[in-house]
Amino acid sequence: MDGAQLADPVVIAVDELGTLIGTLRGDGYRVIGPTVRDGSILHGELHELSDLPRGWTDEQAPGTYRLQRRDDEALFGYAVGPSSPKRELFPPRQRLWTATSDGDASFHVTQERHESARIAFLGVRGCELAAIAVQDRVFLQGAYQDEVYVAHRSDVLLIAVECGSPAGTCFCASMGTGPGVTEGADLVLTELLDGEHRFLARAVTEAGAELLAALERGEPTHHDITAREQVIATATAGMGRELDTDGLHDLLLGNLEHPRWDDIADRCLACTNCTLVCPTCFCTTVEDTTDLTGANAFRDRRWDSCFGLEFSHAGPASVRSSTKARYRQWMTHKLATWIDQFGTSGCVGCGRCITWCPVGIDITVEADAIRRASDPGAT
Amino acid sequence: MSLADAPPRGPLTGRPYQVSTVRHQTHDIVTIDVRPEQEPIAFQPGQFDMVYVYGVGEAAISISSDPATPGLLSHTIRAVGWVTKALNDLQPGATIGIRGPYGRPWPLDEAAGRDLVIVAGGIGMAPVRPAIAYALRERERFGRVVLLVGARSPRDLVFRDDLERWDADRSIDVHTTVDSAVRGWSGRVGVVTKLIPRVPFDPENAVVLVCGPEVMMRFSAQSLLARGVPAERIFVTLERNMKCGVGTCGHCQLGPLFLCRDGPVFAWPEVADLMEIREL
Repeated sequence: MDGAQLADPVVIAVDELGTLIGTLRGDGYRVIGPTVRDGSILHGELHELSDLPRGWTDEQAPGTYRLQRRDDEALFGYAVGPSSPKRELFPPRQRLWTATSDGDASFHVTQERHESARIAFLGVRGCELAAIAVQDRVFLQGAYQDEVYVAHRSDVLLIAVECGSPAGTCFCASMGTGPGVTEGADLVLTELLDGEHRFLARAVTEAGAELLAALERGEPTHHDITAREQVIATATAGMGRELDTDGLHDLLLGNLEHPRWDDIADRCLACTNCTLVCPTCFCTTVEDTTDLTGANAFRDRRWDSCFGLEFSHAGPASVRSSTKARYRQWMTHKLATWIDQFGTSGCVGCGRCITWCPVGIDITVEADAIRRASDPGAT
Repeated sequence: MSLADAPPRGPLTGRPYQVSTVRHQTHDIVTIDVRPEQEPIAFQPGQFDMVYVYGVGEAAISISSDPATPGLLSHTIRAVGWVTKALNDLQPGATIGIRGPYGRPWPLDEAAGRDLVIVAGGIGMAPVRPAIAYALRERERFGRVVLLVGARSPRDLVFRDDLERWDADRSIDVHTTVDSAVRGWSGRVGVVTKLIPRVPFDPENAVVLVCGPEVMMRFSAQSLLARGVPAERIFVTLERNMKCGVGTCGHCQLGPLFLCRDGPVFAWPEVADLMEIREL
């Protein structure tokens, strides 16, 4: 992914995607992409073209997600579902090690070996590529590389499909992560639905070029190129939300005692949904258990949430005992202190936290409320 | 146990050590010693380890022994949660897991040529004890070495043997006080921060290490600033819930800081504003 130029685009027919899935599976990749499950579009294993959510879209609003039929045959005609590549690259539960009792008050420890798995993600959005780049910074670019993340991340192919159907809660255009894709993927596809259903494809890496070389390709016409530009322009204009990031870091950190936090706390259920659907949230806790004999003890790591009371438990009490403090921690971390820690915002504008909040708390509205209250001149 | 055939370790996997001594310091504080036979853990004063009790869990614990003798590694632990209670109940011969050391140490080199003032409250003695051991060993590097120790009551004083020995030595200037006295206590009564204006040291040419409850550290910093110690030469060590020790679990955040990675030792200007915000 080192500075490769977008190769000249080619046109591929819809059925070629089925060939692509087959080729990847033949190469030992688990192909992960969108599937319809549990009334939503979730990441699942793809075996063939028919596994894709043909003709489905998602209607999203604060606290609302509904699958709807489209009036076309689009395979990627939705925005994003509740799951993200995080689930594969940093699984919700991971065994770290096993300690085995030697029977004489001593024990020895065996570190879990995390085998590298070949994963090809098909249908990754710009916001999701940005989220992977954020987690790369968290897990790979610190003093230690996280061994679990390394194992899952090291043999990954990313096949992006640019977003043509942003949802009502999307704001990737504000965060500069989409809807178009220019970096972070191996192969970038754009689904074109005008006239004949087809894809415009551009290889970004050599791996992407190899994948493309195995498919039947056509020269794009001028019309294909402008059709792709139209998809991006329409998607950009169709963002359901907007977030003004100008000076947002200082704005939030300068308003840690703002009354708006109390107002949010009156609505927030501290349910942790926003952190679980967020593609960048990385906090974990560990669980220590033993088997029934006591001869083996296990350490597992699992996703945690800063909305839990236990999260900041230190000594006899929790540091953040109020919901206000926990929401403030989440939002100021995501939009402000993340930048201090990792040189990037923790928000990619995917809108999941808005959609999946059971009471529809909207991070863009809350940030805007603090901005307006702090700057009476704002309109 | 055999360490020779130990499996490869990542930073999240500890190593077993046999407990050699358990010293009960107070009714709820123990010091646990291990004597690593191979690969002693080299550490610097102010660093901490993640200490594991088989099947129970792990806690971040300051190292309280002398860094010059890593063949004796001590952790001083107050029984507060499951893990620390289990550590308090350990017997010599038990095995614990240790991984570390982690964190930014006390800036003792910065104190060279200056007065070194240490303010410790309660179990706050634990993370400063390696610094005191270092200062005693390298005594000529420092001007005055002053130790102010406070505890809730005489029975909450830890390392009393050390305090008496250091006081008798006169190589460092020890001042001990308790918040409330009991019969038989002939020492000072009052909070440790009240000693700051009175003890002899040169505020403009001192480095101060403070460890204790957050409120005690805030008041200590105020008194030190009032006496004329430059803010950037006041150092505190902070404590939060920690699960990883390497800055990825997210638990120990204070504003932009990961206490485990960026601290636990901080210069006062790095944390003063953050410590003013409730529940941050």
